[in-house]
Amino acid sequence: MLDLFHDDSHRALAATAARFVDTNIRPYAEAWEEAGSFPSDLAVRAGAAGLLGPTYPESVGGGGGDVFHGLVVAEALVRGGSVGTAMGLGSHAIALPPILALGTDAQKERFVRPVVAGTRVAALAITEPSGGSDVARVRTRAVRDGDHYVVSGQKTYITSGGRADYVVTAVRTGAPDSGHAGLSLLVIERGTPGFTSGPPLRKMGWWASDTTELFFDDCRVPAANLIGAENFGFYAIMANFAQERLLIAATCVAMAAEAIRLTERHVREREAFGRRIGDFQVIRHRLAEMRTREAEARSFVAVVAERHRRGEDVTAWVAMAKNAAVSACSFVTDAAVQLHGGLGYMRECGVERLYRDARLFAIGGGTTEIMNEIIHRFAPTSR
Amino acid sequence: MKIGVCVKSTPDTAITRFKYTSGNDGIDAAQVKFTVNPYDEFAVEEAARMKEAHGGEVVAVTVGDAGAGKVLRETLAVGVDRGVHVDAVNTDSLATARLLAAVARSEGFGVLFCGKVAVDDQASAVPAMVAELLGWPHVSVVTAFSTDGATFTASRAVGGGVEEVVTGALPVVITAERGLNEPRYQKLKDIMAAKKKVVGVVTPESLGVSAADLAPVVTFSAYADPPERPKGRVIPGDAAEAARELVRLLRDEAKVL
Ligand SMILES: Cc1cc2nc3c(=O)[nH]c(=O)nc-3n(C[C@H](O)[C@H](O)[C@H](O)COP(=O)(O)OP(=O)(O)OC[C@H]3O[C@@H](n4cnc5c(N)ncnc54)[C@H](O)[C@@H]3O)c2cc1C
Repeated sequence: MLDLFHDDSHRALAATAARFVDTNIRPYAEAWEEAGSFPSDLAVRAGAAGLLGPTYPESVGGGGGDVFHGLVVAEALVRGGSVGTAMGLGSHAIALPPILALGTDAQKERFVRPVVAGTRVAALAITEPSGGSDVARVRTRAVRDGDHYVVSGQKTYITSGGRADYVVTAVRTGAPDSGHAGLSLLVIERGTPGFTSGPPLRKMGWWASDTTELFFDDCRVPAANLIGAENFGFYAIMANFAQERLLIAATCVAMAAEAIRLTERHVREREAFGRRIGDFQVIRHRLAEMRTREAEARSFVAVVAERHRRGEDVTAWVAMAKNAAVSACSFVTDAAVQLHGGLGYMRECGVERLYRDARLFAIGGGTTEIMNEIIHRFAPTSR
Repeated sequence: MKIGVCVKSTPDTAITRFKYTSGNDGIDAAQVKFTVNPYDEFAVEEAARMKEAHGGEVVAVTVGDAGAGKVLRETLAVGVDRGVHVDAVNTDSLATARLLAAVARSEGFGVLFCGKVAVDDQASAVPAMVAELLGWPHVSVVTAFSTDGATFTASRAVGGGVEEVVTGALPVVITAERGLNEPRYQKLKDIMAAKKKVVGVVTPESLGVSAADLAPVVTFSAYADPPERPKGRVIPGDAAEAARELVRLLRDEAKVL
């Protein structure tokens, strides 16, 4: 279980996150999902509660916690009932770590601190119309011109693309055929002439989160916004994936738990053929399977997170944990819809949304297939 | 100035299902998750804000067993500097008040904040008793508080939208009503920092309170559940007819009209 590795500080933070979610998200979750966005001051409130950077260093306003503090908050946010809100509110979780790892103190002060406080929004932009899995194919170009880069190109499917003040953008600084070795990370700021974002893309799930295209049209970006060394962007992106994927995995586990909770309640109340449907053995067994899948994923994610906390190289483990959690979440949310019958297909029903929201996790943060490639490449070979 | 705040460990009413002890003369504490009494959270927040405005030290005090001491620690992450845990059984309000007053006297608090009521026994008795024992003024159900370090102004919502404003000289006992403030969240940074803060454990003897002083004047003989609510009734028929029937039932059966 995840909480096997928790101490009092994790429990206290969980209580804080639960209280925040109960008062600031849950009552509005459905309305925000239908409206396709959440109020921008939610981030300010979350920042004030210390929920936007629990694992970041205190020197940038973070909580100074470990990976489990991050997972505790991710789980609590799911219980707010709008995964889209959780993802939109957390878009910086993939954008800031490269700055924290490789940025200068000045960059951390400018780009990290206000985001952790909730007064600015950060996004990570890697995916392009030409492809997301194959990061080496990034075509958006950045050409050095004095103390600026001139950026031209396009990104797509960017979480918080419409809101972001700072977009940590993968750009090609090397030759067109330089592959992995010619990528860099540049922070492109809202308001920079030539930088625009498209309207919100219409999606299967994650409705409250805004996902857009980004366009860079001869956009002049100060060279001071380069994160780390030129042409080392690929490694900066890769270095961060363990924590991001663990967060995704914990989110999936929490969604499965939420689907189980809603389903348990439903089968206790719903009647058919003269009894509560929860009294049919086939339904009881299905729920037992759902619980087992959730518990399996939860335990595995916890163990991998603990290995990560101990500083082990968990590249392959994390990819396995993501796939396992995504698979459990897909199975559980699908079964939850089934056990709800027609109601499970209705927009008014929580499991309908969870089912739609779950689908993305096999695609975002690295697809299941890409995870399998990583497992193949990095798993210790069996004797 | 030292700012005192009284904190009671009470059952978390959101998740607790109560069970009585075998003789029905108490609540089975083993089955209960305890937390800070919700109204005390407003008191803690007000104390923290007063310190932020005027400086000083915020000291939280609880009376109870080791579990209560643990609950007291929760306040160390939301603005309390130090805890005092009086290791004693809460027998009745007066005994608790004697212990709290003894702490207030020995610490030399300038203000003592309390919640307006504890959600377990709902007695609202302790703060007024503490004030009386100390000879301090007491302002209850306060929704706004300010002080210049020597005098205070407190507002009380007395119902019907009427606000009563009370002024006076410190020291004073204030009980907090919902709305006095919005308690802050425990942030991880503060949770970590709280680990280094101290909760001192004191005994009634060390406070000069004797066993005789603590002899209960109130004893609890039995607890019982309220009667179960009868099942609701659905009145069939069209709206006009049903409304007539509803009025008849309210008048003749429920006798509320
Ligand atoms: C709601 C949402 C939010 C997103 N947010 C962001 C964001 O904030 N920032 C960002 O940069 N991107 C974001 N993305 C993009 C996401 O990361 C990509 O969609 C994902 O990486 C897959 O890339 P792709 O869509 O180009 O699919 P493709 O790469 O074209 O993949 C298509 C299929 O081919 C498979 N495939 C590809 N290569 C291989 C291989 N080598 N072996 C086997 N199978 C392979 C894939 O697994 C997949 O099944 C988001 C996407 C969505 C839908």
